[in-house]
Amino acid sequence: MMIRLLSLLLLIALPAQAQEEIVLGLSKDEVAINTTFNGSEILIFGAIRRDSPEPEGDIGVIVTVAGPDTPVTVWRKERRVGIWVNIDGVEIAAAPSFYAVASSAALSDVLRPSQDLLNRITIPQVVREVGTNVLDSKSFARALVRIRSGSDQYQLLESAVSLTRNTLFETRVALPANLTEGDYLATIYLTRNGDVVDTYMRTIPVKKVGLERWLYNLAHENAVLYGLMSLAIAIAAGWGASAIFGLFRR
Amino acid sequence: MQIYLPIAEVSVNAFLLLGLGGIVGVLSGMFGVGGGFLMTPLLFFIGIPPAVAVATEANQIVASSFSGVLAHLKRKTVDLRMGTVLLCGGLIGAAFGVVVFNYLRSMGQVDLLVKLCYVIFLGVIGGLMFIESLNAIRRSKKTGGRATRRKHNWIHNLPMKMKFRVSGLYISVIPPFIVGILVGILAAIMGVGGGFIMVPAMIYLLGMPTKVVVGTSLFQIIFVTAFTTMLHATTNFTVDIVLAVLLLIGGVIGAQIGTRIGVNMKAEQLRILLAIMVLAVCGKLAMDLLIQPVELYSLGTGGH
Repeated sequence: MMIRLLSLLLLIALPAQAQEEIVLGLSKDEVAINTTFNGSEILIFGAIRRDSPEPEGDIGVIVTVAGPDTPVTVWRKERRVGIWVNIDGVEIAAAPSFYAVASSAALSDVLRPSQDLLNRITIPQVVREVGTNVLDSKSFARALVRIRSGSDQYQLLESAVSLTRNTLFETRVALPANLTEGDYLATIYLTRNGDVVDTYMRTIPVKKVGLERWLYNLAHENAVLYGLMSLAIAIAAGWGASAIFGLFRR
Repeated sequence: MQIYLPIAEVSVNAFLLLGLGGIVGVLSGMFGVGGGFLMTPLLFFIGIPPAVAVATEANQIVASSFSGVLAHLKRKTVDLRMGTVLLCGGLIGAAFGVVVFNYLRSMGQVDLLVKLCYVIFLGVIGGLMFIESLNAIRRSKKTGGRATRRKHNWIHNLPMKMKFRVSGLYISVIPPFIVGILVGILAAIMGVGGGFIMVPAMIYLLGMPTKVVVGTSLFQIIFVTAFTTMLHATTNFTVDIVLAVLLLIGGVIGAQIGTRIGVNMKAEQLRILLAIMVLAVCGKLAMDLLIQPVELYSLGTGGH
């Protein structure tokens, strides 16, 4: 009985995986943060390749872009002696510095909750609080999502993926100006009746370039030299200003 | 024109920073203060992370006070000996201040500490200055004269006396040393030169003549803020050189313009204007602490 059931499942599952496949294109292979960087937009487009006629079921495409994970401490203020002070802190071991979810229809229509739990697609699934002794640690995780959503670091873009003839898809994800460096992961999920049938991942490196890169490296790897350079510039500017205005005064 | 700051990791409008630097420069030129106590809160308001604002502002003050001290050296209104004593205290204070700063940063309380320092010091100094200059205006209307200050107080009875020729003082080195330590701590925590505290302390506590006070204070501030900059740069990596350059270009130009405006105004009027401005900044910061914030939660860098 069990074996028959399993083989039946396999028969259903196997063709489903081979039947449809995601082919992806990106408008940029990497994002360079230079001096005039003011956010960037990535066009994510692709097609669904089929070797056989289109299977039954409601199709859905979900595109996520995730920035590098960083630990975050979420603080909550309370009133103490009349002023508002950070009292409780919850450390969130890893939360993406950027996260965008775009879908071809309402997320609840294209993704089952169980599949979301398995693949960790929606924003609440990505930010999970870990090991805390604070009672309502869930509200801290929610606060993190709320604050980052407010500054466009977390974006929920329902129905933002345009799907043409169930084959071609395309969406745009706007990266904000305050980007963290690192490898961003673009993941595309293809769903049928809310079940993920194919995924495709591609990393998009985001890095500082040119002067930004040089200064950042210098500040971290050669801090003494960097500090002295800052002072030298300050002294030169101070001397320069007094010299130039001294000339005017004569 | 947007510029991405490499250390602060935010994108800001370059002209906004030049303008801020300019306005604060004008004010600092008018009133003879470094302007750090105004600039640092303004940087908080435009979204620069507090740690970066404090460290970078220290670097900018090096520029403005160096520019100022050159002018005072020409006029021989710098008491180098007094400056050195203040400086010794200042360096110790700054080192201590950075340690406190880093400790509180790891506890998530640094924003509170910086803001509390601002509220308390701006409130006290602004209030005192306001009352003092109001009285001065009233006095000048009534009699046109000034009340004479008491020459001797308990400070003159302390041991370890030293001659300060330029200031014409023979006093113990302990009070200037302590003043130096306190200003050093403030410089590190608040990202200010501390001129707005040092100047009244020198006049009222040490009894120094007003004409050497500003130059001597600036002389000492250069070294303390330079030291603070180095400490922040090597321990926290929070000095943003691009931000500093933008601010100081605006600042040094503004300061020269401000000096011209200041010459044409009465001292009492200047002081009362400065007092009102100080109190306004203080009020804004106090409101943030006293009124229930819309968002009770805030994010800090993890991993302490």
